[in-house]
Amino acid sequence: MTDTQTPVDNGVNIEALLGARQHLTDAPQGAQFQWRASCEWVSGTHSRTTVSGFSGLGAEQAHRQDYTVEADHPQVFASEDNGATPPEIVLAALASCLTAGVATVASNRGVQLRSVTSTIAGDMDLQGILGIDRDVRNGFNGITVTYAIDADATKADIEAIVAQSQKRSAVFDIVANPTNIQVEVV
Amino acid sequence: MRTPVVVIGAGQAGLAMSHHLTGRGIDHVVLDRGEVAQTWRTERWDSLRLLTPNWMTRLPGYRYEGSDPDGFMTKNETVAFLDEYRRSFGAPVQTNVTVEKVCRRPLGFEVRTDQGTWVCDAVVAATGASSEPYIPALATELPDRFHQLDALQYRNPCQLGAGEVLVVGASASGAQIADELQRSGRQVTLAVGDHVRLPRLHRDRDIHWWMDVIGQLDERYDEVEDLNRARRLPSLQLVGSPERRTLDLNALIASGVGVVGKLMRVSGSKAQFSGGLTNLVGNADLKQNRLLDRIDEFATEHGLDETLPKPTRPPATALPAIPTEMELSRFDTVVWATGYRPKYSWLDPAAFDDRGRLAHDGGVCSLPGLYLLGIPFLRRRKSSFLDGVGPDAGELASHLHAFLDRRVHVWPSPGAAGVGIRSRAVDPEVHSGSGR
Repeated sequence: MTDTQTPVDNGVNIEALLGARQHLTDAPQGAQFQWRASCEWVSGTHSRTTVSGFSGLGAEQAHRQDYTVEADHPQVFASEDNGATPPEIVLAALASCLTAGVATVASNRGVQLRSVTSTIAGDMDLQGILGIDRDVRNGFNGITVTYAIDADATKADIEAIVAQSQKRSAVFDIVANPTNIQVEVV
Repeated sequence: MRTPVVVIGAGQAGLAMSHHLTGRGIDHVVLDRGEVAQTWRTERWDSLRLLTPNWMTRLPGYRYEGSDPDGFMTKNETVAFLDEYRRSFGAPVQTNVTVEKVCRRPLGFEVRTDQGTWVCDAVVAATGASSEPYIPALATELPDRFHQLDALQYRNPCQLGAGEVLVVGASASGAQIADELQRSGRQVTLAVGDHVRLPRLHRDRDIHWWMDVIGQLDERYDEVEDLNRARRLPSLQLVGSPERRTLDLNALIASGVGVVGKLMRVSGSKAQFSGGLTNLVGNADLKQNRLLDRIDEFATEHGLDETLPKPTRPPATALPAIPTEMELSRFDTVVWATGYRPKYSWLDPAAFDDRGRLAHDGGVCSLPGLYLLGIPFLRRRKSSFLDGVGPDAGELASHLHAFLDRRVHVWPSPGAAGVGIRSRAVDPEVHSGSGR
C-alpha cells in the first residue's frame, strides 16, 4: 500500500465502519438486518418498486426518503420500455455493491481514489425464459465486470482491492451463490 | 494419583511440552488415548508426507539428522521420529489412557480418565487442531447411496469404488486426495473454496525455507493485524513429495481433475457450486505473488541474487469453463476435505467464553493453570508445524513454571488428609470459588 502522509479521503467514514464492526462483534444480535421492498404492477410489464424501511441494529430503520425503481421490458419485446429490465437492475445492484466495496476497502487500506468506473455485462440465452430449450437456464450464463480505476496505488494493490470488495460483497454472494426463495400468495 | 502437571496428548505438542517440563525439573505425566503420535498412526492417509522438508523437523532438543534433509518424511517415518523423540529424554508417557473429563477444583484440576483420576495443579491440552473433521451440514442432504468419507477416514484409493468422485475442499488435504484419486484412474471433481496457493520451490529453494528465512513463520500472534483471520487461514495447498513437485489448481486441472466452485447446496438431483471461484483463484494468485515479492526483496537486500536463479512467477491459475451445477447421479463418492476442528468437549465448561470458545491468550487459558498447545497460530505462524511447536512449548512452560511457583500445590502429600501447601504466596484465583 502507499505510504501517504495525508489521510485519504474517498468520502468513506472508515472510523464509523470499524466502530460498527466492533460494536456488532460484541452485540451480534444487532447484526441481524432485513431488507425490504414493495412492488406494484403498473401496466403491461411495467412495475414500480419502492424501498422505504428496513430493520437492523435491533430496531426499525428508515431511508432518508422513499426511493423507487421503475422496471419494464424493452420495445423489442413489444413492451413500452418504461425502465430497466429486472436483469439489468441485478447488474446495477452488483456493480454498485462492488463499487461501494472498492471505495471502502481502498479507504481502509489508505488508497486515494481518483476515479472508479466499471462496465458490467450479463450473457443470457432467451431460449431459457421462453421455454424453447429445457437445458437452457433462465438466468445469466455468466457475468463480466470490468473495472478501470485511477488511484494512488500499484496495479497489484488495485487488483487486491477489487478482489477484496468481491469477498465482502452482499450482491456478489447473492448472485454467485444459491439462496432459498419462498413466494407466497396472500 | 497426584502430579503437578498433566499433559494431554502425546503428539509433537505434548512431547515438546514434556521436554521443557523435564528440563525444568517439573514432574508431570503425558496421557494419550492411544500411542505416541496416535493421529499419525491412525488418522492419516497412507501416502501422506510432512509438508515441511526434513531439515525443518526440529523439536526441543531433537532434530532430523538423516541423509535427506530436503526430503519429506512419510507418515511412518514421522511416527518413528516422534517415538524416538519420546525415548530420547524418557518422556513420562502413559499410553492407552483416555481422558474423559477435566474439572476445575477449588485447588487445581481433576483429570478423570478410563484408567483412574489424576489430581494436578496444571493441565496442558495438547490434543491437536485436527481432532474431528468439519463437515458442512449439507452432507446430510446427499442421497443415502453415496459413499461419504472424510479426510481422517481416507487411506488410499482402494477404499473407493471405480466411479466418479467429488472431493470437497482444496487445501492440502483435498488437493492431495484429489490428485491421488485422479491418478488412480477415477474421474475427480474438486470443489474449491478459499485456498492458499504456493509453489513448492521458488528459485530452487523450498518455499518453507524462504518463509523461514524471511521470518514469516516466526510472526507472532500479538503482532498480526487480524489474529482470528490468521488462525482460520486454510492450510497451504502443498504436497511433500520426493520430486518436490508443486500441487496447485493448474497441476490438478492438467492431470484431468474437474474444478468447480465451493459446494453451496444440494438441490433435488443436483449439486450447486458457487460462481465466485474466479475471484478466489485471483485472490490466491495475488497473495502468492505478494509473498514471492516479499521473498525476492529479501533476497536482494541480503545479496542472494548472485547465487540464485532469477525470480519467476508461477503461471496464473487458468480455469476452464466452470459449471455451477452438476447432476449428483454422476458421483459415487464424496470425500470431505473441508477442514478439521479441535475437540475440547472433555474440558471444564468454565474454560470457555460466552460464545463457547476456549478462552486463551496465546495458549495461556483464562482458567488459571490451564494451557493450550499445538493449534494453528497459537503464538506464531508456525505454531501447528512440527518445527513450530517447540518455541510455543518453551514459552508456555516458562509461564506454567511461574504459575506453579506462586500457588498452593495439590501435591505431593500422598496419603495426607488435606493438600500439601508448598507455595510462598497464594494465587487468589484459586481460592475464588467455583466461578460460573
